[in-house]
Amino acid sequence: MNIIACVKQVPDTETLIKVKPDGSGIVEDGIKWVMNPYDEFGVEEALKLKEKLGGDVTIVSVGPARAMETIRTALAMGAEKGIHIDDPSLNGADAYTTASALAAAIKGLPCDIIFCGQRAIDGDAGQVGSVLADMLGLPSVTLVTKLEIAGTAVKAQKAIEGATVTIETSLPCVITAQKGLNEPRYASLPGIMKAKKKPVDVKNAAAIGVTATVKAKVAKTVPPPARPPGKILQGDDPALKAQELMKLLREEAKVI
Amino acid sequence: MAKGVWIVAEVRDGAYRKVSFEIASAARKLADELGEEVCAVLCGSGVEAKAAELGKYGVDKVYVADNAALEPYTTDAHAAAVAKIVKEKQPAILLMGASVQGKDLSARLVGKLATGLATDCTALKIEGGKLVAVRPLYAGKCFGEVAFETSPAMATLRPNVFPIVENAKAGAAEKFDPALDAAQLKTKVAEIAKDTSGKIELTEANVIVSGGRGMKGPENFPLLEELAKVLGAAVGASRAAVDAGWRPSTDQVGQTGKTVSPNLYIACGISGAIQHLAGMSSSKFIVAVNKDPEAPIFQRADYGIIDDLFKVVPEMTAAAKKLMA
Ligand SMILES: Cc1cc2nc3c(=O)[nH]c(=O)nc-3n(C[C@H](O)[C@H](O)[C@H](O)COP(=O)(O)OP(=O)(O)OC[C@H]3O[C@@H](n4cnc5c(N)ncnc54)[C@H](O)[C@@H]3O)c2cc1C
Ligand SMILES: Nc1ncnc2c1ncn2[C@@H]1O[C@H](COP(=O)(O)O)[C@@H](O)[C@H]1O
Repeated sequence: MNIIACVKQVPDTETLIKVKPDGSGIVEDGIKWVMNPYDEFGVEEALKLKEKLGGDVTIVSVGPARAMETIRTALAMGAEKGIHIDDPSLNGADAYTTASALAAAIKGLPCDIIFCGQRAIDGDAGQVGSVLADMLGLPSVTLVTKLEIAGTAVKAQKAIEGATVTIETSLPCVITAQKGLNEPRYASLPGIMKAKKKPVDVKNAAAIGVTATVKAKVAKTVPPPARPPGKILQGDDPALKAQELMKLLREEAKVI
Repeated sequence: MAKGVWIVAEVRDGAYRKVSFEIASAARKLADELGEEVCAVLCGSGVEAKAAELGKYGVDKVYVADNAALEPYTTDAHAAAVAKIVKEKQPAILLMGASVQGKDLSARLVGKLATGLATDCTALKIEGGKLVAVRPLYAGKCFGEVAFETSPAMATLRPNVFPIVENAKAGAAEKFDPALDAAQLKTKVAEIAKDTSGKIELTEANVIVSGGRGMKGPENFPLLEELAKVLGAAVGASRAAVDAGWRPSTDQVGQTGKTVSPNLYIACGISGAIQHLAGMSSSKFIVAVNKDPEAPIFQRADYGIIDDLFKVVPEMTAAAKKLMA
């Protein structure tokens, strides 16, 4: 099996996001960067598949120099090699351009299955996996929580509103990973040591023949609207506080 | 030039999903501002007769693809059908629901139509004759205003945020041939296992009652379910409750779970970690029940009760019952 897993480096979920005063984006100083949590599920599934069926796992990431750490993390988890697309023109690119870069990097590689996260928790777009599949002419199943592969037959489960759907398709395909798919492993110490010597191919946009375009862009970033201070209900009697709360919800907030 | 505000309507089991009316209403508002028409794309099997219903919410015209391969929804068939009619008619704006289906479809259309998409929008406006879509980034830790350089400008709208407005228009059906090529249809639905528990979907709920580690164990969640039942609410959970195996992962609210925006969010035994707040802080009203006065959830709550949830929640249920009776 030739398995590819796409990973994006994103701010750690603990990060307090600060908006630049001119609204041109967020303040990046002091941010701790990590692998997108949904990509961890993708990498884990890729590794499990390799362990079961043989083959190797290639990690692909589009991002600035720091994204190399995230590629190394995936290699430390057990992937064989990496491709790092690093080009200033691709920083902050929209889904179309990012997917174009990933598609260009992947095209020509032997590939049976591609894993992406269901969304990257920075822009929360949830687009790149599907766009990539479309560009490569592959079927995609998004939000996968269970995956079975037998020969070239693929059976994937996902939750939709009020139901669980089982979808059948065939390799090669793109799978986007949702929480529930597996429990991502931690990189072991020997794994981290080995990862340092694994090959990572670094390329710029020209080398893969991609030109950044803009289809949609965040023209302005703003902080969330401020919330007025809340009301703490006083007193010792839980029943009285509960009654007061329900009254406030009905008469003041008008939400029940 | 591209013209017209379009929506893709979502039908399941022969009925529209509510978000379809929300996007129709939002589309009407934009179209009136632009002085343009609202058209809908309706894909399914035996759906032609349903077109007129969209007229009630401001849709002038409905392009209907009626084909057995469009029921139930598959990515390949629906994306091919919508892309075909959109390429032919070239609308300026294309709106979908930020439902599981709408997100799947819209992302695939980014590739097929080589255009831009803003996911999970909470507001829309027209600036200089063009769409600007407002959406949460970093799960709501900030918001972005998205501008589009290509058409159609695509946006998925978060369910439950845009009001449904009746505004009778023709809703005239016009059939089109989706020209589906069997060789292109590479995904098939093998099974749909419905959740028959009557559970309300978190992302669509008006009221959510959520429990965290403070619930102590799965055996105590019926306390929240009873309150939820009285309030017509969905039950959510913190990651701590999900990771402990007390609740299914589909119940998780937060940065790596669901982002929700109900009118009322009641957090019980949840501390209010930044990742949890990220997923629910756009709720209209937030109630916190926690015995720790220092819990960060109180900084976001509109109403707080500092007490043992095991004493307070049953009283809330009783009080709500009385009020709702
Ligand atoms: C990468 C990453 C992603 C994450 N994503 C998410 C996410 O999507 N969603 C999420 O929720 N978390 C997420 N987290 C976890 C988050 O950091 C917190 O650990 C988690 O939200 C804590 O859950 P909790 O509030 O239920 O538990 P705790 O923080 O342990 O809080 C329990 C609360 O219950 C109160 N309590 C206890 N007993 C009672 C009682 N009898 N009556 C009243 N109150 C009581 C306590 O005072 C306490 O405040 C993520 C973490 C990481 C690292
Ligand atoms: N810059 C990137 N490099 C590699 N993979 C990416 C990149 N951006 C997005 N992806 C993949 O696409 C998924 C969805 O991202 P998004 O559409 O940005 O929410 C992520 O979970 C990654 O697997």
